[in-house]
Amino acid sequence: MADEPHLIKSFEQELRRLRDMMTEMGGIVENQVALAAVAILDRDSTSASRVVEEDPRVDALEREVEQFVIRMLALRQPVAGDLRQAVAALKMTVDLERIGDYAANVAKRSIVLAQFTLPYSLAGLGHMARLVQENLKLTVDAIGDNDADKAMQVWRSDLMVDDIYTVIFRELITYMMEDPRNITPCTHLLFIAKNLERIGDHATNIAETIYYAVKGESLPDARPKGDSSAYAMVPPSRTGES
Amino acid sequence: MSATTSTPAQYGPQKDLAVARVLGRRRKRVNFLSKILCVAATLIGLLLLASILITLLYLGVGGLSLSVFTSMTKPPGSNGGLLNAIVGTLIQTAIGTAIGTPLGMMAGTYLAEYGGGSVLSNVVRFVSDVLLSAPSILIGLFIYEILVVPMGGFSGIAGSLALAIIVIPIVVRTTEDMLRLIPVSLREAAAGLGAPRWKVIVFVCYRAALDGIMTGVLLAVARIAGETAPLLFTSLGNLNWSLSLTKPMSSLPVTIYQYAGSAFNDWVQLAWVGALLITFGVLAINIIARTLLRNRG
Amino acid sequence: MSAMTNDIPGHAAPVPGVTRAAAQLNRPRISIRTLDFYYGSNRALKNINLDLPERQVTGMIGPSGCGKSTLLRVLNRMYDLYPGQRATGEVMMDEENIIAPHIDLNALRARIGMVFQKPTPFPMSIRDNIAFGVRLHERLSTSAMEERVEWSLTRGALWGEVKDRLNTSALGLSGGQQQRLCIARTIAVRPEVILLDEPTSALDPISTLKIEELIDDLKRDFTIALVTHNMQQAARVADQVGFFYLGELVEVSSAAQMFTAPKERRTQDYITGRFG
Repeated sequence: MADEPHLIKSFEQELRRLRDMMTEMGGIVENQVALAAVAILDRDSTSASRVVEEDPRVDALEREVEQFVIRMLALRQPVAGDLRQAVAALKMTVDLERIGDYAANVAKRSIVLAQFTLPYSLAGLGHMARLVQENLKLTVDAIGDNDADKAMQVWRSDLMVDDIYTVIFRELITYMMEDPRNITPCTHLLFIAKNLERIGDHATNIAETIYYAVKGESLPDARPKGDSSAYAMVPPSRTGES
Repeated sequence: MSATTSTPAQYGPQKDLAVARVLGRRRKRVNFLSKILCVAATLIGLLLLASILITLLYLGVGGLSLSVFTSMTKPPGSNGGLLNAIVGTLIQTAIGTAIGTPLGMMAGTYLAEYGGGSVLSNVVRFVSDVLLSAPSILIGLFIYEILVVPMGGFSGIAGSLALAIIVIPIVVRTTEDMLRLIPVSLREAAAGLGAPRWKVIVFVCYRAALDGIMTGVLLAVARIAGETAPLLFTSLGNLNWSLSLTKPMSSLPVTIYQYAGSAFNDWVQLAWVGALLITFGVLAINIIARTLLRNRG
Repeated sequence: MSAMTNDIPGHAAPVPGVTRAAAQLNRPRISIRTLDFYYGSNRALKNINLDLPERQVTGMIGPSGCGKSTLLRVLNRMYDLYPGQRATGEVMMDEENIIAPHIDLNALRARIGMVFQKPTPFPMSIRDNIAFGVRLHERLSTSAMEERVEWSLTRGALWGEVKDRLNTSALGLSGGQQQRLCIARTIAVRPEVILLDEPTSALDPISTLKIEELIDDLKRDFTIALVTHNMQQAARVADQVGFFYLGELVEVSSAAQMFTAPKERRTQDYITGRFG
């Protein structure tokens, strides 16, 4: 959105530097999620460990951005759009850092999961992971381009992620009711699915922040939500068991 | 809405509107009366000036002719002019200015730049102000005593010196005032570049004050062009053509003085012409000087 | 919030402008030691100890009458113009104490230039304004002088606006342009240090920003001391900031430190607008 460069070249450079740091962080986190998805679906423990290795880097970047923005606020006294950008960066790093943590969590669980042979396919989970990755990519692009339209798209698509999560939730409960041996793996899968859904939520948070930073007004409070898993109930199976 | 008819304010102590109205009317009356008096005073002044100028024009224009500027003063009845008087005034005015201006500028510079509040500069300033309003005949007598008597005779140079003494305090006052007007920051800026004191004064202060100082010089010129008394005892006047500074020199004011009181009509006519020349010459210089001053300020 | 440090961890190549926040101060160009200043019997500066790092901007902030302008005027011995003002202590530049009596003031002022609050163009042409200072100290050929004039005006961010009217009077320029002319005039004599005494107080915001950008550029070559009553300006422009109060130097630290976590209570109170 910033078309005219600032009269003070060093300030202009600082603003660009901030954008670069955010994009870098977004890139790392995007990569983490992709690797985590590969770790579950392909049972690849190398990918899993790489996800965990990236985590300290993300934390360091979060602290760095925080210090940078505080210094920028003190020394440059930005106003209007510049101020919104600075504050947005502070907020987004928190969300990005959480996404990184969730990805690491998924990766750790995938290592445990790899020890089980699962009788059912993980297609649904794979689909969810793909959707989340697409949204995350769109989000990171929106960060880099300062694009409010992309942000709006992300904001709208979280609905689909939530829908899938509800389906997976019911499915896993069904499996657990069928066979007690499924309980451990399914519980892990449940957490994995929840983590993915949370990643989607944080991506939507970022999208809302970007939208405000660019436009100066917020998206409506009630975001499209499809996560009715809180109300989901699966009646006991009729396949009969004691 | 006047001060007495508006609705009273709803805060603080209340104003008595009736009293305000009475005072308002009285104020208006006094205002009107003062305006009338001021206009009357101005008209009186203007009338006096106008009557002088009109008289001069009426009586002087008739005698204006080329011969006034080309022929010298001659005995009455021989169709003389005012050439040597005009030239004499020009010479003495020029020399008087040339001597008095540098001295006045240097003194004024000293007062503004170096003297400050010292005792010497206060004394100099005081003496200069006294000299400014000293009767010019005293200055003439002074030069008579110290130059004319030792030299053994009247001379053009004595006349020029007397005029110079009149010029000096005018230029001192103007130079000092104009230099004082220059902001301290300008001086500091020049000093900050590494300029020594005298360069700051000559290259920056003088340039900045130039218009004002020039105006002062012009006003001095206007003043001395019309001075008669100091010349009476110094250059005396000369009915013949003489450009020598060591001999008596003619001048317009002295010639007018001599001609006006004479019994000869053509001399009296020439006196009026001379008066006309001086008056309008001085008027012109004053107008130029004040226009310059206004443009500068 | 994590602890505030002044370094950006883990980044190799310093980015210009951002390295300002890294608080790496260069070696001092001028060292002020135990400086006292008196207006008559009134002690206006008390025991000042301050280093001005080379090719960086030192900002001086503080309430009115705190002595910051006085300190600036000590550095180029401007107080010598006025009897009754004197300084004691040391101001060391190249191992010489520049407030000692034997120093050649005109030569000193060619090395330490000053720009004042009110723009002070000389009543001459733009070219002559620049040439005036140069002619005081150097003898240049006409072409060399033209070069110097062009260099100064370019470095002073004014060349483009005046290159076609160098012979016109400097008094015809706008306020912001006049101030840039004064800056160009000061750098024309090729000083090592430039003192700026509230250079933008008389200017509008955009002119102010242009001059701040100019200062950012000038510090590549000159050591700069900036007095300002606008502390946001000090935050934007300075590498090192000193806070003065009642003639004392209360605190001096990097700009980042001063405006995020000052050490002294008085500094914090002044900066946050709780007194002064």
